[in-house]
Amino acid sequence: MNEFADSSQRKFTRPLDVERGRVDMTHGGGGRAMAQLISEIFAAAFDNPYLAQGNDMAVMPAATGRLVMSTDGYVISPLFFPGGDIGSLAVHGTINDVSMSGARALYLSASFIIEEGFPLADLKRIVQSMARASTEAGVPVVTGDTKVVERGKADGIFISTAGVGVLVDDLSISGDAIRPGDAVIISGSIGDHGVAILSKRENLDFETAIESDSAPLNGLVAAMVEAEPSIHCLRDPTRGGVAATLNELAHQSGVGFVLDEDALPIKPAVRGACELLGIDPLGIANEGKLLAFCPAEKAEALLRVMNAHPLGRDAAVIGQAVADDSRLVRLSTSFGSERVVEWLNGEQLPRIC
Amino acid sequence: MKYASEFRDGALARGIAATIAAECRSGAQYTFMEFCGGHTHTIARYGLEELLPGNVRLVHGPGCPVCVLPVGRVDSAIELARDHDVILCSYGDMMRVPGSHRMSLIKARAEGADIRMVWSTLDALKIARQNPGRQVAFLAIGFETTTPPTAMALKMAKAEKLDNFSIFCNHVLTPAAMRAILDGESLALQGIIGPGHVSAVIGIEPYQEFADRGQAIVVAGFEPLDLLQAILMLVRQVNEGVPRVENAYVRALPAIGNAKAREVIAETMTLRGDFEWRGLGTLPNSALRIADDYEAFDAEKRFALPYRQVPDPKSCACAEVVRGLKRPEECVLFGKVCTPDNPIGSCMVSSEGGCAAHWLYGRHRKGGASQHREVA
Repeated sequence: MNEFADSSQRKFTRPLDVERGRVDMTHGGGGRAMAQLISEIFAAAFDNPYLAQGNDMAVMPAATGRLVMSTDGYVISPLFFPGGDIGSLAVHGTINDVSMSGARALYLSASFIIEEGFPLADLKRIVQSMARASTEAGVPVVTGDTKVVERGKADGIFISTAGVGVLVDDLSISGDAIRPGDAVIISGSIGDHGVAILSKRENLDFETAIESDSAPLNGLVAAMVEAEPSIHCLRDPTRGGVAATLNELAHQSGVGFVLDEDALPIKPAVRGACELLGIDPLGIANEGKLLAFCPAEKAEALLRVMNAHPLGRDAAVIGQAVADDSRLVRLSTSFGSERVVEWLNGEQLPRIC
Repeated sequence: MKYASEFRDGALARGIAATIAAECRSGAQYTFMEFCGGHTHTIARYGLEELLPGNVRLVHGPGCPVCVLPVGRVDSAIELARDHDVILCSYGDMMRVPGSHRMSLIKARAEGADIRMVWSTLDALKIARQNPGRQVAFLAIGFETTTPPTAMALKMAKAEKLDNFSIFCNHVLTPAAMRAILDGESLALQGIIGPGHVSAVIGIEPYQEFADRGQAIVVAGFEPLDLLQAILMLVRQVNEGVPRVENAYVRALPAIGNAKAREVIAETMTLRGDFEWRGLGTLPNSALRIADDYEAFDAEKRFALPYRQVPDPKSCACAEVVRGLKRPEECVLFGKVCTPDNPIGSCMVSSEGGCAAHWLYGRHRKGGASQHREVA
C-alpha cells in the first residue's frame, strides 16, 4: 500500500526524536506512531505529486511504448559505506536494471523492512540519501511501504525497490542478442564497489581511498541508445562481477568471449587490495558500471559517446564475442598466456548489495 | 603493481623458458614436484607448463592444507560446531569441504550451527572476547605458514585468561609430508620446488635430508618468474648431478627462516604421535598438537572430541592427486559430478587444491585455454 502519502497533514503532539530515538514495534502497527514515522521521515523526503495523491497506490499517466519493470532487494552490510549507503544503492540498482533494456526509467516503489531498535537517525539518513539519489536520477519514488519486525528478525534494515520504465524506441537490447564479433565495452573501472564494501567489513577493515561506484546509469544509457540503437546487449556487472555476467551472457547468447587483460580498467588501489586478499577483480561487484555489446564497427562511435558522459569517461573496449560452442570466457593475460575466467563461488562476499 | 608486476613479465618469462629448453638434455627426464598449492595455483593461472619443453614435467604435491585434511577431521569440526554449542571460527577455505554424508561447515551453518568465517586468529580472539558467555573455538589448519598465528593466539588467550576460547589444532609439518611422498610409490622425481612461505618459517635446512636422498631442491616464491627461475635452477642441478638445497626466494626468505616464530610454536605446541592425512595415510610425528602447558585451550580435550577415521568418498581421487600420482582430470569425478559448486573431494574446494586450480583456469579444457600437463 502507498504508505508514504501524507495527505492528512496530521499534527503530532511531539516531533520524532530523530537524534536519539529508535524504531519500535508501534512504528509498524498501523497506528498514530506509524503515521508519524511516515510523515516525518518518508513523506518529508520523497515529496512528489504522485505520492501526494495520498492513496494506497499511485496513479500515473500511461506511457506510449513497451513497459519495462524490474525489482530488487537490498540487504547490504554495512549499511553505510564509502561512496554510498543502502538507500542510494536501492535507487541506483533498480534504475540500472530497468535501464539495461535501453528503456527510460520512470518510477520507483520502495518497501522497507526495519528491525525493531533501528536508530531513527540512521533511518532518516538512509531515506534522505534515497530521495537525493532519486531526484538526481530524475526517477521519483511514487509509492511505498514499511514493516517493522522484532529484534533479531532482520539485520537493521532491508529495502526492496521496483522500477517501471518505458521503451519508446524500436530497440531490441537483450542478453540473447550478442553475436560473434561484437565488441565488449566496459563503462569504467572494475571492482570499486566490492572493494569499498570489503574495506569496511567488521573483520577486515583496511584503509583505502576507494569509494563504491554506485551511480544511476539511466543518463549514460539514454545517450548510448540515442547514438547507437544497434547495441545488442547491455548488462550491469553487479554480484559476481564481470566474470559472472560474461559467463551468464555466454550461455544466454550461445557465444564465447575473449578479454584482453591489458585493456581492463582497474584502479591501482583495487588491484592492490585484490592482490592482498587473493581475489580476482573480475569477480567483484560493481554498482555503477555497465557492459555494452555492439557490432565491432560501431564500437568506436559508441565509445566516443560513452567517454563524453561523466559515468563513461573511462569506458574501454575490453574484448570481443567469439563463436564458441563451449561458451567459454577466456582472458589473454598480460603475461602472454591465456586462461579461462570461471564463475566464482559466491560466499566469499555475502551481502554485497 | 610494484613488487608483483615485475615478477609477472611475460617477455622475461619466455626468456627464462628458452634458457630452460636450451639447457634440458634431450633424452633426459626432469620430473619436479611443486610441493605447495600456491605454486600449483600460479602454474595453472599463468599456464606455465605451456612454456616448458616436453621432458620437463611438473607434478602437484600435498602442500594444500585443506586438501590433506582427512574426512575424519572435517567431521570433528562439524561435530564441534553442531553438538557442543560453540561458535566455530574457520578460515573461508574450510567452509565448503565435504565431510561424511556430504555435510560441510557451510551446510551445518544453514542448519543452525554458529560458524563464523574469519581472516585471522585475531578475529577469533575478538569474537571470544565479545561473547564471554559462549564457547568459541578456532579451527586451526595449515602447514608451518599458518602455525605461528595459531601459536600467538594460544599465548594471547592464556595471557588474557580467555577461558571461553579454544583451538582445534590440525597443523601439519612439511618435511613429514615430503618424506611420505619420497617413501611412497615411486614417482621418479628428480627434484622438488620447495614452498616459499613455509620456508620463511622453518628455513631451508630441513630439506637437506631430501637432497641427501638425491632430490634437487629449490625453494621458490609465488610469481611466475619465481617458479621459472626455480625450474631453471632445478634443471641445472640435475644436469650437474649434484642435488642440493637452494634458495630462489632470497627477496623474502632468509635461509635460516624465522627463529622467533619457531620459538613461539615450540612453546605452545608439540609433536603428535600419529596424524591421519588425506592421501598420505597415518604418519607418526607429522603434525602438531597443543602443548600440555596450554591444554586448557585445546578444543579436542575440552570437548572430548573423538577421532574417527573415515574413508574418502567413493571414486574420489584426491588421495592420488595430493601425491602427484594422478592429474586432476584423470579423476573420474572431475568436472562431471565434482565441480567447485558441488565438490566431492577437498582438492576441488580449496583455491590451493590441484583440482580447483585446473578447473578455475580451464587447464583441463581441450580447445579452451590450452591444457598441458605432459604425462611422462
